[in-house]
Amino acid sequence: MSSFFSYLINGISLGSIYAIIALGYTMVYGIAKMLNFAHGDVIMVGSYMTFLMASSLGLPPVLAVLIAVVICTTLGITIEKIAYKPLRKAPSLAVLITAIGVSYFLQNAALLIFGANTKMFKSVINLPAIKLANGSINISGETQVTIVACVVIMLALTTFIKKTKAGQAMLAVSEDKGAAELMGVNVNGTISLTFAIGSALAAVAGVLLCSAYPTLTPYTGSMPGIKAFVAAVFGGIGSIPGAFLGGILLGIIENMSKAYISSQLSDAIVFSVLIIVLLVKPTGILGKKIKEKV
Amino acid sequence: MKKFTSVLLAVAMVATMLVGCGAKTEAPAATENAAVEAADGSVFKIGGSGPITGGAAVYGLAVQRGAQIAVEEINAAGGINGYQIDYNFADDEHDAEKAVNGYNTLKDWGMQMFMGTTTSGPCVAVVEKTNEDNMYQITPSGSAVECIKYPNAFRVCFSDPGQGGKSAQYIGENKIASKVAVIYDSSDVYSTGIYQSFKADAANYGVELVAEEAFTADNKTDFTIQLQKAKDAGAELVFLPIYYSEAALILSQANNMGFAPMFFGCDGLDGILSVEDFDTTLAEGVMLLTPFAADAEDEATQSFVSAYQDAFGEIPIQFAADAYDAIYIMKAALENADATPEMSASELCEVMKAAMLEITVDGLTGAGMTWTEDGEVNKEPKAVKIVDGAYTAM
Repeated sequence: MSSFFSYLINGISLGSIYAIIALGYTMVYGIAKMLNFAHGDVIMVGSYMTFLMASSLGLPPVLAVLIAVVICTTLGITIEKIAYKPLRKAPSLAVLITAIGVSYFLQNAALLIFGANTKMFKSVINLPAIKLANGSINISGETQVTIVACVVIMLALTTFIKKTKAGQAMLAVSEDKGAAELMGVNVNGTISLTFAIGSALAAVAGVLLCSAYPTLTPYTGSMPGIKAFVAAVFGGIGSIPGAFLGGILLGIIENMSKAYISSQLSDAIVFSVLIIVLLVKPTGILGKKIKEKV
Repeated sequence: MKKFTSVLLAVAMVATMLVGCGAKTEAPAATENAAVEAADGSVFKIGGSGPITGGAAVYGLAVQRGAQIAVEEINAAGGINGYQIDYNFADDEHDAEKAVNGYNTLKDWGMQMFMGTTTSGPCVAVVEKTNEDNMYQITPSGSAVECIKYPNAFRVCFSDPGQGGKSAQYIGENKIASKVAVIYDSSDVYSTGIYQSFKADAANYGVELVAEEAFTADNKTDFTIQLQKAKDAGAELVFLPIYYSEAALILSQANNMGFAPMFFGCDGLDGILSVEDFDTTLAEGVMLLTPFAADAEDEATQSFVSAYQDAFGEIPIQFAADAYDAIYIMKAALENADATPEMSASELCEVMKAAMLEITVDGLTGAGMTWTEDGEVNKEPKAVKIVDGAYTAM
């Protein structure tokens, strides 16, 4: 029984990381109506920046993470301005391909700058592990911080969107870009803000990911990025609680299938779940069905 | 203005790519070892291949450097049959496609004999090419069975089934543990090969497999589940027939969850002490089956270790010794066959194939090594243990 709880807690922890990444995917999709496949690679950039600041320059972890967040936010806004904004009127396929291009560009640039050697990432989290049930359940500091961070981020984002003017502008843009512009909403500014928030979240996710699983390569972000995209679709893309729910569920499914079915097939099972959910409920668990106006 | 920016960026992107490619193609040339040519200008041209960059770089670098030391020694002592050796090394990044490209580049350079590749996956791809070309090939460390499935290919190390069986034998006969869990990479031919032979032989030596867990190349960061299952099954020892990058993660995750079994690995774990920023105290007590221990007291090992340390500033791992032996094995075969550099690669291959069955080589990785027609080596296994951050003979 105690190992079941261990699997569950590890699953929630992994799922929380997916959820934080998925929040970035889902916000950008909801507002700019595009799939930002470079999101996973922004995670990788965030991790490398933290690694550089903390290991090479010896800065305290909190400062290192803050700098990484600032760099990733800037990177996110820059990518949006250069690669996506000129294509705002272009067909969505063009933007999708551009996003894939940006993703490969970031991976190869990292390969060139940092080399392909695996870096051991020193955890930035220094909390003692909690031991339950006479030490048979061990919750590491990384797990605690990841789960708390995920819940805090989810709540903060929901409040931000409900209570602030900028958040309301985001909602308006996601519902109808044209109408929002006519009502005086700064559409370009709102989209930039979305990318900024998404990329800042990516940096946080990168730090948590690499603290929990301490290896860092230029491809670190790509698999979690794809899984988080699955989580976003699973929960209903465009929906913030959906991304949260999708991420956590995906993490639990992945770990449970590793534990009780087969450690080899866990990825296959995760993606099968996606296919089944989409067949039964094409909009995802919490997705809303939007009628297209003819 | 916008157009201009995007054009500028496109140019920058293309430029980065070109710079990337440029750097890669230069790599083999940079490692070229300018040999002093014999009086008539002919030299033996030996090419090598392995990952100098990427996740398995520790092995490729060790092989490149170990072979380089052997080449320099042989050249200084007058060469093979009076001819000097010219040595060149290609980076394959532990990737089959890049290994074949590297092999072709080496052929263009004029390679007559091939010492490679370092890792099994690429080796299985390249052996197809060397067989087509009838090029003599000896792999220092490619341990998958298929690495040497053709008559032109030989190896210095044990095969994967060899390693798996010998590990089971070692653990059982020395009563190290009776309940063993295995964590292996099901997407890797090296890891699966060892796992299967270990499993087949375990029962014969009184070793009980209590958990058999796998991971894949796409899912190799989180091992807590596999470790938890090993822990729940009461494993006293976890057998890790995998490479050191993942093993480093497994050790640190096991430590985080308070699971402290013994760990036992094969030659893939060799190199774990050189991982950047890895806390080597986690590797304390890890055992690995390897035919080479840098602290062995025989004269050959001592002089190799000190030459390696002088040249590269680190203690050589088994792969370096394998490559060093590989060059001396080639030398023995060439001398046995009385070969000269005027012979074509294919002619050399024919005479060396015959010579391999006759020679006996005393190397760093084994005394009295002999070869059979299938290319496998005969020698005794040894195990080392990591004590105070260094490999120590058991």
